Amino acid sequence: MTFLVDLPVWAAIPVCLLLLSGSALTLAGAIGLVRFQSFYERLHAPTLCTSGGVLLIALSSMIAFGVLQNRWIVHEVLIVVFMIVTTPVTLMLLGQSALYRDRAEKSAEVPRKTETAKADPGIDISGNDI
Amino acid sequence: MTELLIIWSVLVSQIMIALAMVCALYRVAKGPRAQDRILGLDTVYITAMLLLLTFGIRTANVLYFEAALTIALLGFVSTIAFAKFLMRGEVIE
Repeated sequence: MTFLVDLPVWAAIPVCLLLLSGSALTLAGAIGLVRFQSFYERLHAPTLCTSGGVLLIALSSMIAFGVLQNRWIVHEVLIVVFMIVTTPVTLMLLGQSALYRDRAEKSAEVPRKTETAKADPGIDISGNDI
Repeated sequence: MTELLIIWSVLVSQIMIALAMVCALYRVAKGPRAQDRILGLDTVYITAMLLLLTFGIRTANVLYFEAALTIALLGFVSTIAFAKFLMRGEVIE
């Protein structure tokens, strides 16, 4: 905490606002993870953490270090780009495997592959094959 | 005035991120199924990374940012491996 107090006021206010809003978004995503009922609803909640939280907190640290140390900001940019690229991949793969498991158990929650789609593979009206 | 503002906002944001981590750990512990636990574990990774970022802002140490980058990489790989395991029953075919 020794260096942050040297921050001028015009830079301190956006840094604080970005930090607080980013962590609030993260908390909102995690609360959604607890409160939603089914898995497919829960799958949407952590994206608030990954997009909103990571983006805003990395932006605030960029401002802080850019003003104070004139450091070339590469770590934060790397983290943000990496999170934006990887989150859709992981969550889509996880949703796909959950769908596969539910279908293997013949669960009533997920839509089944219809017979017509099986008979005529050219036209897939179900729109939900794996 | 500025000191107080910065000290308190960093502290409050760290507390909020720690609460988010507790929520994700609750989902890991409770389940009810394997995919829910994996989703919770992924969120734990992300919140740990955010906590390291706030520590880095607080102490002005570049080392924290490199640790955060490593956690992001390993979390991505482990979640992919878990999802693959759920789908196929093995990770490397």
